[in-house]
Amino acid sequence: MNKKLTIAVTGLNNIDSPGPGVPVIRGIKDSNLDVRIIGLAYENLEPGIYMPGLVDKTYLMPYPSTGSEAFLERLSYIHSKEKIDVVIPNFDSELYLFIKFDDELKKMGIRTFLPTLEQFEERHKSNLPEFAEKYDIKVPESIALTSIKDLNDLPKPLVFPYWIKGKFYEAFKVTDSSQAKYYFNKLSAKWGLPVVIQQSIYGTEVNVIALGDGEGNTVAAVPMRKQYITDKGKAWGGITIEDERMLEITRHIIKSTKWRGGMELEMIKTEDGEYYLIEINPRIPAWVYLAVGAGQNIPEMLCKLAMGETVKPINTYKNGVMFIRYSWDLIGDISDFEKIVIFGEL
Amino acid sequence: MSKLNSLAISDNGFIFKPSTGESFTTNELGLHIIHLLKENKSTNEIITEITREFEIDKLTASRDLDEFLDLLKRENMV
Amino acid sequence: MNKKIYERPILRKVVEGMPNKFGSMKRIRPINTIDNVLIDDIIDSYGSPVFILSEKTIRDTYKSAYRAFSNRYPKVQFAWSYKTNYLDAVCRIFHSEGSWAEVVSGFEYEKALANHVPCNKIIFNGPDKSKNDLVKAIQNKSLIHIDHFDELYTIIQLTDELNERPQVAIRVNMDTGIYPQWDRFGFNYENGEAWNAINRILTNSKIDLIGLHTHIGTYITVSKAYAIAIEKLASLANKTFERFKTTIKYIDVGGGFASQNTLQGAYLPATDTTPSFDDYAHAITTALTSVNFPNNEVPTLILETGRALIDEAGWLAGTVLANKRLADGHRAMVLDVGVNIMFTAFWYDYEIHPVNESSFQSEPTTMYGPLCMNIDVIRKNIDFPLLNKDDRFVIKRVGAYTMTQWMQFITYRPNVVLIDEKGKLHLIRKGEDKEVFRKQEIVPKHLLEKAELKN
Ligand SMILES: Cc1ncc(COP(=O)(O)O)c(C=O)c1O
Repeated sequence: MNKKLTIAVTGLNNIDSPGPGVPVIRGIKDSNLDVRIIGLAYENLEPGIYMPGLVDKTYLMPYPSTGSEAFLERLSYIHSKEKIDVVIPNFDSELYLFIKFDDELKKMGIRTFLPTLEQFEERHKSNLPEFAEKYDIKVPESIALTSIKDLNDLPKPLVFPYWIKGKFYEAFKVTDSSQAKYYFNKLSAKWGLPVVIQQSIYGTEVNVIALGDGEGNTVAAVPMRKQYITDKGKAWGGITIEDERMLEITRHIIKSTKWRGGMELEMIKTEDGEYYLIEINPRIPAWVYLAVGAGQNIPEMLCKLAMGETVKPINTYKNGVMFIRYSWDLIGDISDFEKIVIFGEL
Repeated sequence: MSKLNSLAISDNGFIFKPSTGESFTTNELGLHIIHLLKENKSTNEIITEITREFEIDKLTASRDLDEFLDLLKRENMV
Repeated sequence: MNKKIYERPILRKVVEGMPNKFGSMKRIRPINTIDNVLIDDIIDSYGSPVFILSEKTIRDTYKSAYRAFSNRYPKVQFAWSYKTNYLDAVCRIFHSEGSWAEVVSGFEYEKALANHVPCNKIIFNGPDKSKNDLVKAIQNKSLIHIDHFDELYTIIQLTDELNERPQVAIRVNMDTGIYPQWDRFGFNYENGEAWNAINRILTNSKIDLIGLHTHIGTYITVSKAYAIAIEKLASLANKTFERFKTTIKYIDVGGGFASQNTLQGAYLPATDTTPSFDDYAHAITTALTSVNFPNNEVPTLILETGRALIDEAGWLAGTVLANKRLADGHRAMVLDVGVNIMFTAFWYDYEIHPVNESSFQSEPTTMYGPLCMNIDVIRKNIDFPLLNKDDRFVIKRVGAYTMTQWMQFITYRPNVVLIDEKGKLHLIRKGEDKEVFRKQEIVPKHLLEKAELKN
């Protein structure tokens, strides 16, 4: 590819529960692609907006909850200025719109590389039990609730402690019913219904980042064990591991769903070596830069796939590569903040 | 009006309040009024000025001005 | 010198986590006509507030729903669910498009008869059918959907008395994965109650069991749930044939399709997420054609779709009574439209638009109705253009359940007008006035005399 590509990336919120935007951009910049990076931000203080040398330009976007009309209008305005080649959305809450209006984007000339709406819906937290049955995967007992009253008579196998999860984001481990009620209200107010209850399983948290080409091939996959987990359940440190069984499960899921785009499989490995799938995130996770460091530049491959190139699968990676996340205080100028607040562009 | 003088106000309508670290936005007329206030203009003078420059009746202009002044007071800016 | 256009002065604190002005960038645009008729003209002639229905939208919506199903399945019949909107003009539009009637009370049944619906095209649902209602329905050969065993026994008893063959179906409730499960209506599938009811009906040789009915809930956004319902009803139909050689003529899947109104608590607006008629039709007809029915005879598919057929066609136009600032500095607007006529505002986030362009500025605003009750809230905290007192607004998609669930509280219910397909206005329900209430009320004699006010 010799043309300069303009790539728009969301999720610049590199905060304690980080979005994947910044590491995605780092991956792209590490590659030999010639790029201009456009940041798309939802809030004035997303750190990625202000990080030196990261984005060439940032635009504020309307929240997805405002609806497709405003969303597409803003994208087409940005596109008219920037001629975006590829957009990489990184938030669960915006994926639905990007997927649903993929055709409109394509007509404008903006490419994506995302799962189909069917793939996206099928793997929802609330559909996980059916997903598991269909594809023959082991998952913890779970149920989707639309009423707080249902917390009082959960089906048999569900016992404390369990996880209570928002439709798009956030999960809390609860040990009694007053906690459960508290978080039910909190999560339903923030992310809508249903709220998902999932049995907590004792074991090690392991994740796989992967990229499917939409034909059933796994073009990249790297497993990792979380070494340090924050109180929000996010990995603050992790290490690549050699685990053939995890890769098998990943390839099986990608092959049988013909998954298109990035994904993260969250699993628990129990002491007797069982793997439970607890969640499928239909996008690149925030720890993607570990995969880049281990030899699989997933953001780069995703851009190439979006541009219609064939990408040769990478089957190897270095194990024992670690990431440790750290926070860093940027010194900012209020005039930059002013530009974002007043003009929505920086 | 000395409190207004301690604010950092840009021509874009961005207001930074150093004493609290808060930021605000205002629009063209808001900016205009703040400048008039800084010149120690009275409410009546400001209304006259607004009705002379803008397509608006006196009653509405004074109502809106009162509300705007309330907001400034609420934020402890005047 | 030309004066500049006035925009009122604003001051806004920049708060993180609150939508920035680019965040809530959807500018709410004015809507000043419905089917090319000026809303201002309608209010000038019919007062404020006023409900406005579009005949064109009703017919277009019906046609697209009918097409979605009839393109995929040979025998499709809609039955207009009266409770959703039983203004006679509205019902007659649906009937003229070919809809039967679905009623749930003696009152609705009488309305359907008065609207000239043939008796055998009226479906009588619900738990509240009086003995008199049942007598009439049996004699008229209307389709009685039995809700509980007490009703079934009353029918059996009447069969002997009247010497008529009642035409019945049973309502079945079941687990389709939808929460909450509406298990208080009809006979349960999973615990065998529905099968018992069928047995009870068919061992009595004087009743014709011609259909199976379910209504799995309302605002169902998962079209798959209907497929599950159909599988379960089909299995009952097959068992019925095996045991009694009785062929079920129709499967009635009730209503429940979501409209494009957004439920409170939903993250994305319904206009982006609600399944289309084609989505529902695909799920339902695929399920119908993939299950086997006795003798390979496909049953008629009956749909009692309510809100999805009428919501879009209804509008409510009104006037701003006052602007206010609440104690915490939040902006509030008082409208002449309250929850008395917008009961549905308790669960929908309605789309509201100014009628005329007023201001390019907007501010988070809570909209209150005029009632003297704290719960009288039409819309919480939406970024709305600044309107002045006496400015007008219009609320979208209010066709379903408003004009039937409204209550007469504190004030009269307003006029309802219909815009016909030529753009002509018709008053279809007169606003109430004091005579309406005087007619209903009876003052005892000893209170009739004009009394001196005691002080
Ligand atoms: C038996 C029956 N049929 C049809 C309907 C109409 O439902 P909807 O407006 O959700 O389509 C209802 C509504 O409650 C109902 O109870």
